[in-house]
Amino acid sequence: MLPAPFEYHAPHTTEETLELLDQLGDEGKVLAGGQSLIPLLKLRFASPAHLVDINKITDLDFLEERDGTLRIGPLFRHKSAERSSLLASRYHVMADAAPQIADPIIRNRGTIAGSVVHADPSGDWGTVLLALDADLVLRSKSGSRTVKARDFFSGPFSTTIEPTEILSEIRIPAAKPQSGGAYLKLERKVGDFATVAVAVHLQMDDGKVRSAGIGLTAVGPQNLKAERAEAALKGARLDDATIKEAAALAAEAAEPKEDHRGSVEYKRNVVRVFTERGLKRAYERARGGG
Amino acid sequence: MAVETPLKGNIGESIKRKEDDRFIRGRGNYLDDIVLPGMLHMAIHRSPFAHARIKSINTDAAQAVPGVVAVVTGALLAQHKLAWMPTLSGDTQAVLATDKVRFQGQEVACVIATDPYVARDAAMLVEVDYEVLPAVVTPQQALQPDAPLIRDEKEGQTSNHIYHWEAGDKAKTDEAFAKADRVVKLDTFYPRCHPSPLETCGIVADVNSATGHATLYMTSQAPHAHRTLFAIVAGLPEQNIRIISPDIGGGFGNKVPIYPGYVVATAASLLIGKPVKWVEDRSENLISTGFARDFHMSGEMALRNDGRILGLRVKLLSDNGAFYADAQPTKFKAGLFHIVTGSYDVAAAHVEADGAYTNKAPGGVAYRCSFRVTEASYLIERLVESAALEMNLDPADIRLKNFIQPEQFPYMSATGFEYDSGNYPKAMQLALDKLGYKELRKEQAEKRKKGELMGIGVASFTEVVGAGPGKHYDIAGLRMFDSAELRVHPTGKAILKLGVKSQGQGHETTFAQIVTEELGIPAADIEVQEGDTDNTPYGLGTYASRSTPVGGAATAMVSRKLRDKAKKIAAHLLEASEADIEFDHGKFFVRGSPSKSKTIQDVAFAAYTNLPDGMEAGLEGVTYYDPPNMTYPFGTYLVVVDIDRGTGQVKVRRMVAVDDCGVRINPMVVEGQLHGGLTEGFGIAFMQLITFDEEGNCLGSNFTDYLLPTSWETPKFEMGETVTPSPHHPIGAKGVGESATVGSPAAFVNAVIDAVGHLGIRNIDMPVTSDKVWAALSEKGAAE
Repeated sequence: MLPAPFEYHAPHTTEETLELLDQLGDEGKVLAGGQSLIPLLKLRFASPAHLVDINKITDLDFLEERDGTLRIGPLFRHKSAERSSLLASRYHVMADAAPQIADPIIRNRGTIAGSVVHADPSGDWGTVLLALDADLVLRSKSGSRTVKARDFFSGPFSTTIEPTEILSEIRIPAAKPQSGGAYLKLERKVGDFATVAVAVHLQMDDGKVRSAGIGLTAVGPQNLKAERAEAALKGARLDDATIKEAAALAAEAAEPKEDHRGSVEYKRNVVRVFTERGLKRAYERARGGG
Repeated sequence: MAVETPLKGNIGESIKRKEDDRFIRGRGNYLDDIVLPGMLHMAIHRSPFAHARIKSINTDAAQAVPGVVAVVTGALLAQHKLAWMPTLSGDTQAVLATDKVRFQGQEVACVIATDPYVARDAAMLVEVDYEVLPAVVTPQQALQPDAPLIRDEKEGQTSNHIYHWEAGDKAKTDEAFAKADRVVKLDTFYPRCHPSPLETCGIVADVNSATGHATLYMTSQAPHAHRTLFAIVAGLPEQNIRIISPDIGGGFGNKVPIYPGYVVATAASLLIGKPVKWVEDRSENLISTGFARDFHMSGEMALRNDGRILGLRVKLLSDNGAFYADAQPTKFKAGLFHIVTGSYDVAAAHVEADGAYTNKAPGGVAYRCSFRVTEASYLIERLVESAALEMNLDPADIRLKNFIQPEQFPYMSATGFEYDSGNYPKAMQLALDKLGYKELRKEQAEKRKKGELMGIGVASFTEVVGAGPGKHYDIAGLRMFDSAELRVHPTGKAILKLGVKSQGQGHETTFAQIVTEELGIPAADIEVQEGDTDNTPYGLGTYASRSTPVGGAATAMVSRKLRDKAKKIAAHLLEASEADIEFDHGKFFVRGSPSKSKTIQDVAFAAYTNLPDGMEAGLEGVTYYDPPNMTYPFGTYLVVVDIDRGTGQVKVRRMVAVDDCGVRINPMVVEGQLHGGLTEGFGIAFMQLITFDEEGNCLGSNFTDYLLPTSWETPKFEMGETVTPSPHHPIGAKGVGESATVGSPAAFVNAVIDAVGHLGIRNIDMPVTSDKVWAALSEKGAAE
């Protein structure tokens, strides 16, 4: 690997990090797991003058459920999500997604927060957070603010985060009984980015949908939230007709582009098929199965 | 308690690979591990355009970077008559572009610097002023009368057409078609793919300006041939050139050609007087070095109503990129593609091939295949599948009906190959039984009633490997023999030196085992050396599965030569007549009294200490082996797939692979080779593609876009074997490195077509991706 020259910083505390980022402004780039940034440096698609490596800050690696909220720290890695019994038992969409992220080597290093901030439209975690209606806490030297996941993504590889901020915590409403989720991903091989993926999260209430979250991967300029499909499910019973209608709305929400992974028509169809299958699987899980 | 005797390493014993200790423990010595005092580093500035005229090159900014020692351009090379070099197919190739760039990624300038980072930084600062020209990206486009002329520098070249070549008998084939009940046609494209060895190509060139000696450490599959070509290209005296091919991390044909980077690094070392290292990165390897396939094939098969094949007619259009640089025997313009009649007794066949220049990388190497046999095998196996579908015949039955029968060997094919041996029905029957073919056909019928898509793919390939014979096969005039030198030391330990060169095939084990079998020296006591031209006998190298058929034969023959001498010494030691001496696995004894014996180790010691009067000392020898014929490994591969109608995803449920490569020297090594080849075949069938947009931009320039299968998606392989020895090979072996890559792609694709053929789908070109399968289903109204 022969990147362009850069200066390397490895602060030991969050405060130190924020101070550095404040000084560096546009010149600085945070290095967490490095699984997206390092390839960009290698190909010289990115050449930041300063890298701020946060891996020495040990208290950033956490996953905890507290005060009705699931909290994820900036250094919580894909492999930890993959192995979490908490996620496996109650956060199905996350548990489904984790082992489908890239390949085992990348999962060992890569972080959820890093993936979200990188904001690749083909990235998986943003979609999952959209389905779960997550909040993102952004912190800088001058304070912190909270934005909804749906307000965070603003285009391919772009978000509303400032260069002086880090994503200090991801907050997800704690899973309640009668909830279920699923993440379905089509990839050409293990380690490939998604051709299409769909995240589904359902909160059921006596046989009716109290709330539904549907996120779409790789079918738009950013991870998408299929809001019309979500609205169509709200308050409905999950019969075949309702599922089909929601799936059709999700497919409509997709804005895929033709590329070597497939045509517009193909990708839209996979969104429809995966939404149908995802809703069925999530429903099954909400009822205690699957 | 049974005591296990440790394996000595005779033929047929799966001893562990001798070389693995150093590879597994990170103690191998690859090209990039080589560091010489004062060594400089080279980086290449490449063309961003597929076709453009160079108006000017400005190297000032690059020169000005601290640490830059030199910037080399084509103009500088031209002063030394090195701007162009010959290719292995008798064409020329630009070393550094002087007039035009002809493919994206072409070498334009090289920066030599004190460290690799500086070299890369400075290479990006080379400024080239281009006049962009329209790019030609398909051979069909290239042969249009108004197509831009790519090779305008070649005298007499007025079009992009490279060659026309024919094999077989046209008149006889036309006759067969006239008599046929049915004609089945298939147009198919074998897309451009890339060998992608995990280790990319590189060189450390160390030219001593005082002595003129050039020591070139190179990732070379053919170090001796490369030495001769270097002598011819660079005009260096051959005795002053030493090529050392260190441990190689995979070649698959990609390390057969000589690349511009090798030439420039050597010239730079000569001019600067310091060693120069160049190691390409992954993208450079994918966009500029030897690709494979890129064959547009059109096949027609003449059949009788009962499914008997009467004739075969094939038209081929090959895309050779900007320079015709296929690595192949001189006489054959499309390699051995004319073996296209495959495993079948086809009375008449005719092949017509044409090649075209395009604005794409040159190469056309035999990617894990013996000179284009992969494309041939794919076409015939796909055609037979089409015939079975159209005539409503079982794909296994139609093959059994048309196989060359065991009693027909040696068999002369309609295009001129003499198949040495085979038993195709036996291999197929074993595969069918292992799979439980009939049961699966029943399951398929049941599933089809429910609208579920399941397919069983069949492919029965025949390989042709082990070139020479030298009178028919040569590389750039060098006859394709190979060599072995065996030195048995006084203590009975031996060194075997070979003209071939392993890239991971396990030569250090396999070839030791041949000596073990022939002389009785345990494999552990035999050191195998390859790759250093100063230290090994001349040979043509390792590719086209030729090491065992040719180098292995040479090893057996030199061992026998030593055994003959050893017998004389044994007779002397046993005070018996040579005629009465018998040999059995390392022991010489007088006929009738086996208790009185001398071991090969006793004899080796005597060869240096106690010789019969008048005999030369030592127990050493060298053999150059020119095979009388090629060898013809074969097998049947069966694949079961299930297809998701909603996404078009193909799931390979099972794969049965029955191979016959003659006698297996080390069955475990053979199995490993087959696993690798099947995995590559799986990758080619389902995911690999080097493609280009209309402007000639390469869209497969890294492993994000050019997909290599991993253990996660690769199916489990169920292996089987039959053994039909080669009648002309000293130990009956045939070579196996490439069988699986050659035979398996058709099996995978046939399985998909078998699943959807009843819907009227006849072909999906590789790579068979989910979106293509879904689109085909959708067109027939069969998608979910």
